[in-house]
Amino acid sequence: MDSVSTLEIWQIFFTRLWPVWAALAVTFFVLYQMRKKLGTLGQIFDSRVGLVGLFIVLFWIYAAIFADLIALFEPLEQSGLYRRKPPGTINSNVGIPYIFGTDTLGRDLFSRMIYGSQIVLLIAPAATLVAYIVGITLGLPAGYIGGFYDTALSFLANLVLAFPVILLFYLLVAPGIRETILPNIMAGIFFIIPVLFALMVVFSRFSQRLSVLVPSTIVILIIGAWLYSGLVFNADPLGLVAIDPNELNIFAAVVFTTSPGVFRIVRGLTLDIRTRDYVAAAVTRGENPLFIMIWEILPNARGPLIVDSCLRIGYVTILLGTLGFFGLGMEPESPDWGSMINQTRSYIRLVPTIVLPPTIALASFVLGLNLLADGLREQSLKD
Amino acid sequence: MLLFLFKRIIVLLLTLICLSFTVFSLVTIEPNLKKLALNQANMRMEEDEVQSWLEKNGYKRPLLVQYGEWLGNAVTGDFGYSTHFRKPVNEVIWPKLGHTGILMFWVFLLTIPIALTIGILAGMREGTKTDRTLSIFAIFTTSVPPYVSGILYTIIFSSWLGIFKGVAKAGNITFENFALPVLTIVAYDIGYIARMTRASMVEVMGSQYIKTARLKGMPFMSVVLKHALRNALIAPFTVIMLQFPWLLTGVVIVEKLFNYKGFGFLLVSAADQNDIDVTLACGVVAVVLVLTTQLISDIGYVFLNPRIRFT
Repeated sequence: MDSVSTLEIWQIFFTRLWPVWAALAVTFFVLYQMRKKLGTLGQIFDSRVGLVGLFIVLFWIYAAIFADLIALFEPLEQSGLYRRKPPGTINSNVGIPYIFGTDTLGRDLFSRMIYGSQIVLLIAPAATLVAYIVGITLGLPAGYIGGFYDTALSFLANLVLAFPVILLFYLLVAPGIRETILPNIMAGIFFIIPVLFALMVVFSRFSQRLSVLVPSTIVILIIGAWLYSGLVFNADPLGLVAIDPNELNIFAAVVFTTSPGVFRIVRGLTLDIRTRDYVAAAVTRGENPLFIMIWEILPNARGPLIVDSCLRIGYVTILLGTLGFFGLGMEPESPDWGSMINQTRSYIRLVPTIVLPPTIALASFVLGLNLLADGLREQSLKD
Repeated sequence: MLLFLFKRIIVLLLTLICLSFTVFSLVTIEPNLKKLALNQANMRMEEDEVQSWLEKNGYKRPLLVQYGEWLGNAVTGDFGYSTHFRKPVNEVIWPKLGHTGILMFWVFLLTIPIALTIGILAGMREGTKTDRTLSIFAIFTTSVPPYVSGILYTIIFSSWLGIFKGVAKAGNITFENFALPVLTIVAYDIGYIARMTRASMVEVMGSQYIKTARLKGMPFMSVVLKHALRNALIAPFTVIMLQFPWLLTGVVIVEKLFNYKGFGFLLVSAADQNDIDVTLACGVVAVVLVLTTQLISDIGYVFLNPRIRFT
């Protein structure tokens, strides 16, 4: 069988990724021009570590966006002739090389790696976002009001945190669980909270101005009901929002394991910030507690929360990989990185390079997020 | 102090009951029980036969009654019967826990000194080149989860260099087959503890009493060793203990990866094989381990930090 040399492999690799390079160049140019106006994100240019992190994270974001342009093969396309081939083997039917080799079903590892980024970069940030809204909605009052509410919620958060994550996954992301309505109940609870949060944001700001309050409440309720019907009941009237039962199961489990950590951080920050003078001033002005929590405390907690969210997206990526590694939840065909690692790791004695694309992809993305978080923290501490 | 301890233990017991009930209700959901019935009695049972089997074996009673019965047995040390190994759970779980204990022992023995050294060296002079290098090293190791690093180490040390073995056999501890699993967990764990130690060290080094000690002319190293260290180690101590759930997850992954037949491997295979009593026992043992370490961490914190002793 023909193959291309190592040098050519990298040549093809770099030329195939041209949309990513172009997008990266544009983004960095624009960010550099606007760095004065961007606050902490603009100061990232002073931190070499943060810049490297931003580069890696953006690389994967653009790889996910332009996956169709970059990939050489279809991610699920199998080929019985070309199984477990080393990098560079040319598929003589179409004359295209498998630049990173093929897996045990003859699927192109490079294309699967690129398409895998779509799954990871969709679920990880989305799950982190929902976990954040849940954590914020419950954590702000726990820190601000305290009392029994705080004791009860902290106890619940500690309950979840005392579970080893892997045990929780084996209990919550199992085929048996999917036959029950438990994932839907969990998702139902988690997805109602963002809607409530949005309502609270609007209400606390515009409670005196009915001309703004009423229309925005109606808009939130309509959008909320639309997304909710699609995500929780899989019955979107427009047919636009849909989610697989197993993806919903993964999503709910990841949010469930992540949100207690967010809750604790938000609660801690709130306890700290509520003693500040501007909060005392707002209390004296007679603002209601909801306004103080959402419009005084939350914006001032954003620094640590942004840093933490970068770390947490990385952590959620690791969690998703763990799920794939144990073959839990994901479709068996799915090209997500964890499942790819699980499918290829038995063959490392035959073809050592077979496992490199998904492992390096996953590790680099998490590393990028951690470096970015480190850079952001360093810059925000300078102020 | 006694009151504090008493309160902590009450909360711990309450947590334990809540968690074991959660595990119980999630393990004994309807689909799992049906699978169990098909496995135990007859693969070709009709739906109504399955129902009558469940009825006969007491799985149709209210969940709380079943849980109460299980809890009563568990308290007296009877964890039921393993349907996969075909012997009592007690005979299965404890030897496996011993294997994992050995693994954990080596992990702790290596992680704690290395992580603390890195953290202290990085944190004692903030912003220097040593600090930056060590911090980036710590970020690197925490970014690579065990199922990635374990595979990469296997390729490098086992397939390529041929020094260590890619499979670890339980009960046969040699450097050759134990090095890779231990290395994998240690590398992942070091980073986090080192970063916590560094943060705590940086904070202590900026405090007034350290400045005073420096100003009165004490040599830098003895300020670090005599004044800073004791206070800087309070936070890492709690972190190390609270790390336990995380460490347990790492252990499960590594045991699966290196085919090491310990507690984690048992947990995973019991869940896969629908071995209900073993899954339950593993889950509860894991939770008890985590809660015990939390209690130790709480008590240790009070001992180490006199400021909170009487509040």
